[in-house]
Amino acid sequence: MDQIILQILNGLDKGSAYALIALGLTLIFGTLGVVNFAHGALFMMGAFVSVTVSKVLTISHKVVDESRTDFLGNPLEVDVPYLYDFFGQAAGDVIIDWAVPISILVAIPIMIAIGFIMERGLIKHFYKRPHADQILVTFGLAIVLQEVIKYFYGANPIPTPAPEAFTGSFDFGVAFGFDPNAIIYPYWRLVYFFFSLIVIGAVFAFLQFTTFGMVVRAGMADRETVGLLGIDIDKRFTIMFGIAAAVAGLAGVMYVPINPPNYHMGMDFLVLSFVVVVVGGMGSLPGAVAAGFLLGILESFASMSAVINVLPGINQIIIYLVAIIILLTRPRGLMGRKGVMEE
Amino acid sequence: MSKSNFSRRGVLKTGAIASAGLALPTYLRADGHTGFTNAPGDSEVILGFNVPQTGPYADEGADELRAYELAVEHLNGGGDGGMMGTFSSKALDGTGILGREVKYVTGDTQTKSDAARASARSMIEKDGAIMITGGSSSGVAVAVQALCQEAGVIFMAGLTHSNDTTGKDKRANGFRHFFNSYMSGAALAPVLAANYGTDRKAYHLTADYNWGYTTEEAVKSSTEALGWETVNAVKTPLTQTDFSSYIAPVLNSGADVLVLNHYGGNMVNSLTNAVQFGLREAQANGQNFEIVVPLYSRLMAKGAGANVKGIFGSTNWHWSLQDEGSKAFVKSFGTKYGFPPSQAAHTTYVQTLLYADAVTRAGSFNPCAVAEALEDFEFDGLGNGKTLYRGADHQCFKDVLVVKGKENPENEFDLLEIVEVTPVDQVTYEPDHPQFAGGELGACNPGA
Repeated sequence: MDQIILQILNGLDKGSAYALIALGLTLIFGTLGVVNFAHGALFMMGAFVSVTVSKVLTISHKVVDESRTDFLGNPLEVDVPYLYDFFGQAAGDVIIDWAVPISILVAIPIMIAIGFIMERGLIKHFYKRPHADQILVTFGLAIVLQEVIKYFYGANPIPTPAPEAFTGSFDFGVAFGFDPNAIIYPYWRLVYFFFSLIVIGAVFAFLQFTTFGMVVRAGMADRETVGLLGIDIDKRFTIMFGIAAAVAGLAGVMYVPINPPNYHMGMDFLVLSFVVVVVGGMGSLPGAVAAGFLLGILESFASMSAVINVLPGINQIIIYLVAIIILLTRPRGLMGRKGVMEE
Repeated sequence: MSKSNFSRRGVLKTGAIASAGLALPTYLRADGHTGFTNAPGDSEVILGFNVPQTGPYADEGADELRAYELAVEHLNGGGDGGMMGTFSSKALDGTGILGREVKYVTGDTQTKSDAARASARSMIEKDGAIMITGGSSSGVAVAVQALCQEAGVIFMAGLTHSNDTTGKDKRANGFRHFFNSYMSGAALAPVLAANYGTDRKAYHLTADYNWGYTTEEAVKSSTEALGWETVNAVKTPLTQTDFSSYIAPVLNSGADVLVLNHYGGNMVNSLTNAVQFGLREAQANGQNFEIVVPLYSRLMAKGAGANVKGIFGSTNWHWSLQDEGSKAFVKSFGTKYGFPPSQAAHTTYVQTLLYADAVTRAGSFNPCAVAEALEDFEFDGLGNGKTLYRGADHQCFKDVLVVKGKENPENEFDLLEIVEVTPVDQVTYEPDHPQFAGGELGACNPGA
């Protein structure tokens, strides 16, 4: 039982990332009809906003420490962050420690801007082109963004830890009467899960309870009619592209303490996220979120050694297996609109 | 009326055969006057450096390239000479190789066997490279080694740690300076037993490919021989990025040690996840829970950050070694590039020097003469103490380092500390050891 709870927790956590990326993908597909293969790259860009903020906060000047030597035996040049000069060492350390949460504030405008530039500068020219062209151009863009990141940050993962207060793990199980060590779960992963719920909730609330959101939803249902009412729906969809980019970016910002970011992390998530979107139903926002969590949980269960011992390799194919079954029995996906991906 | 002998089908057939003939790789054509593939002219010789320049190991590849460039500089008489001054063989004199200036071409393996073979083939056929070297990844090394055997050039393996490179997939034209999984297990096990005791239960997470299998087997057999029990060994996909589902059950499995047979990004993520799940602070079976990483590199340790602190592993070489060869190399590399070399840089630099030295001692670029000069060659001064290039399998035998993530690093490169230099005798095995069984070295192929 404890292992089942543990894997459900794990699945929810994995599903958080899938759901956030798939939510953004669905927003773009539902509004602009574009299959955005650069969406994983937006997740990666968000992660590197975190890395950049961490680096900026630790910009330092050199102080020579004569008592220590570097690897060549010369006096060691110690890096002293400028933040120490402005705020003192104690306050400076706290700011540096909280680099990842601080990055959220920086990432939102940056990711919206990136989304705007991407949509206005490139993708809008492909709206009337076949899906294959859109896929090619967005995939190409993803590779370009990847290479840009690699050029500036290198290919190795860059450790970017969570704030000290959220490192480590706590004994989840004891609270529910299990033995100690039965359900140990890292604090930051719980933070990530709740953060994703907040972002998902905010997106839904925005679409559900604001006039802007209502118009966008109307546009998603019938773009032409909304346009005939004199509403500049294209402009609103562009804004939605920016919001979708921000959602993917925020997923990346908060993901970096879970796994050190590297330049190809977007590609690692992209294919799975597309499967999530298809399983959830193309264009369905609740479907993307539900499928994200569902597939995250299934993947976690399939990775248990008890399962692998009985069905070797199931951990590698489970998501695709589920996708095949769902698409065979319900081509529109779990919550997809009738007619989408159906004859 | 005369009747033509050429039918449409005949013309097509002839054309196809002629095209195939023209398309034959150059190394399959007769080259009677030299007797071997890509014999160099009088003025220069070309070496092929085949490293990952893109993909997850690109930083490692970049460090290898730096080392290659340094080796070429030293061979051609530039710089401070690096380890040429400490190398026990004094055949190299800084005038290139056999009087030819050393030139080089580079290729991008992308850490993919097919891409690595394609770039190696291009360097041999188009650029005239007489020796191919590079890494990383055992899959790439095995694939390129087989190609070099067919082509008739020497392959001086770079970063490849799988037993199979000099085990079941060994080739007469291939040589490996780097250590292997068996050696890691043999060096690590006694240190682990000394630090953690002999009554331990290990849980292995293993990268699901050749290198992972041989490393798991090596560590399992070495630790079990000292009394450890293996409670589970789970394969993890190479493409896995989040290992939480695999790590979460470990604490309740009855194990008190987690062995991460992972490398590169896999290791960085699995170790990070293991630390997140509190395994470092946990207790099991009345003992502190421990994590072991059989193969370390400084670049990986950098990626894993503070998570490596106190964790044991093995490495082929480390810049903090204090022998004269290592100090000379670190000074040379560090002065040129501003940071210390990685083990990948070290092994590729050494391989280049060893190749050049073998050619010089043989007095010929003929790969069979070079192979003969390398086989059972004993040397010193290249950073790992006395070393033997064993003729039976073309594997180098030398001391192996057991390292531990440093608790209090003094600078950004000071991530690992050497806890034991395991003597070569302790990591030496017979050529027909079961972990290296199968395959034949075969005969040297000079090509042409």
